[in-house]
Amino acid sequence: MAADPLIRVTGLRKAFAGHVVLADVRLEVRAGEAVALLGANGAGKTTLLRILATLTRPSRGTAFVLGHDCARAPERVRPHIGLVAHGAYVYEDLTALENLRFWTALSGLAADGAVLARALAAVELERFAGERVRTFSAGMKRRLSLARFVLSRPRVLLLDEPFAGLDQRAKKWLEGYLEAFKAAGGALVMATHSFGRELALADRIVILAARTIALDTPRASMGAEEIARLYRLHTEDGA
Amino acid sequence: MTRALGWLAAIGLGAGLVMAFGVAPREATQGNVQRIMYLHVPSVWVAYVAFAVVFVASIVYLARRAERADHVAHASAELGVLFTGLTIATGSIWGKPTWGAWWTWDARLTSVSILFVMYLGYLLLRGMIDEGDRAARYAAVLGVVAALNIPLVHFSVYWWRTLHQPPSLMRPGGSSMPGVIVAALLVNFAAFSLLYLYFLAKRVRLLQLEAEAAA
Amino acid sequence: MVRKDLLVERRSKETLNALVFFSLLLLFVFQFTLGPDRERLAAALPGILWLGFVLAGLLGLGRTFVLERENDCWDALLLAPGDKSAIYVGKLAGNVLLMLVVETLLLVLFTFFFNVDLAGALPALALVVALGTLGLAAVGTLFAAMTAQVRARELLFPVLLLPVQVPVLLATVKATEAVLLGEPLSAVAHWLKLLAAADVVYVAAGVLTFDFLLES
Repeated sequence: MAADPLIRVTGLRKAFAGHVVLADVRLEVRAGEAVALLGANGAGKTTLLRILATLTRPSRGTAFVLGHDCARAPERVRPHIGLVAHGAYVYEDLTALENLRFWTALSGLAADGAVLARALAAVELERFAGERVRTFSAGMKRRLSLARFVLSRPRVLLLDEPFAGLDQRAKKWLEGYLEAFKAAGGALVMATHSFGRELALADRIVILAARTIALDTPRASMGAEEIARLYRLHTEDGA
Repeated sequence: MTRALGWLAAIGLGAGLVMAFGVAPREATQGNVQRIMYLHVPSVWVAYVAFAVVFVASIVYLARRAERADHVAHASAELGVLFTGLTIATGSIWGKPTWGAWWTWDARLTSVSILFVMYLGYLLLRGMIDEGDRAARYAAVLGVVAALNIPLVHFSVYWWRTLHQPPSLMRPGGSSMPGVIVAALLVNFAAFSLLYLYFLAKRVRLLQLEAEAAA
Repeated sequence: MVRKDLLVERRSKETLNALVFFSLLLLFVFQFTLGPDRERLAAALPGILWLGFVLAGLLGLGRTFVLERENDCWDALLLAPGDKSAIYVGKLAGNVLLMLVVETLLLVLFTFFFNVDLAGALPALALVVALGTLGLAAVGTLFAAMTAQVRARELLFPVLLLPVQVPVLLATVKATEAVLLGEPLSAVAHWLKLLAAADVVYVAAGVLTFDFLLES
């Protein structure tokens, strides 16, 4: 059981109104492993993440997270995943603390003031607990949305362009956070179309092109340039 | 199977026409206008059957997520709208010489028109959503709510106003209509029901092919 | 859920401010279209009162889920483990509260500007208004969720809601008419029963089907 991958996707296909976005996608991610999902805009990275997050149903094929089917048993998958996408999932007119409290109530997590304060401290937002999110920077909002996962402790984090729009300090912090998450035995899937810090964190590089996985390879000691070369090779071949 | 259904419906409709115009007598008080009843009453019957089918198919879809159930609900809603439209049109044609106006806010005419717009909204909703499974889910929820609403609409509109003659066929204590008229009506009931089934089968098949082409 | 929405509403006051302003405007519209004739006004009062409630409701209820669109909160609601019908009940409670505030305001405005005396009929009227509002909000909340992520939702929302609301509308207007004429509630018991039945059906349908609307 321990050796079973946390994420297992087979024969996945997704079409929106006659337009095929993903076809025959196969992917496995093990505990403690980080995958960088590369692909151009519209290559289906976000769709794949949303299927894993149970937000979108696949047209065909299956996606399992911790052995639970994302389409058939989304309720069983949801406690184990954390999704960080473009939106920060926060209400602008609430304070950081109120946002977090609302989320715990919604999720049915028991959390008193001290626990919430600790979660905010873990993402270095304790000084802003009483301030409205409207005044926050992009980095602070992303940290606040990560604070939720300090509380719910998911095994799988799905991130869509996690480093986009962050300043240097926030990037550094997030890198450290994700590194720790991985070390604790979590699985990471990071979608990106830039060649940013995701690559340094990743154990494996997966390239999505022409609606399917064009390349799935260990990063080993490849540098960003090498990966960029591979990327061009595969995307142009595929197109 | 479908083709046989089509022929049966065609034969039924032909027989219905013969019964309505050839065999059934000219009604004493209303005259020839009464003959529109052979169209009007079976239409409203089929419309209600169609909406009941939407209800059941919607529930099946929500429970099982069977695409086929969604196609049935979709097709049946279209037919329901078609036949309520026919009911309103024939009712209005009958109303002009009988009541002296194309439209009266008579209870049954009103409640049928409310169903008409309710399910027109259902089709509108379907048309405005691109992704197939979301359209199916939303429509199924609406199909359930709309069907649950039908009795409420019925009672409220009925209490609000009634001008219509009470239904004469179902009245307890026997029918007040001559046997020939009843027979003509029953033939048309059967013909319209067959027509509905034929259209439904055809339309479901078409929706299925469309879905396959899109996947 | 209720607490969160009320908190946001208190901070931004977006919806309530707009609805209060809208109620005032309605007053002008009714006055201009009906003219100064007292008799005519009294006869039309139950109708225009509910017309006002429904128009305000269409605006207010349609915005139920606008808040959830900012920062993709809609997805977060869906992703939170736990019972989704609690979200529906929370939104419904918030909407009923909002509608009751606006309706109270409209009633006050009516008594004040049109010089009609509602005081005597108030307890009975309150019952009718409460039952009608629950029915309106129950379907409105469900349909708002349905149209929130659809093209042309401002258009589709009233188009879907109005025909479904016919029973509630007929029942409330008829009951209000009777109540304002000073008739006892027992005279309109059948309408009240219909309203209560409608409320039960709508709320139950909402609780049971809301889950299906949330996923995307």
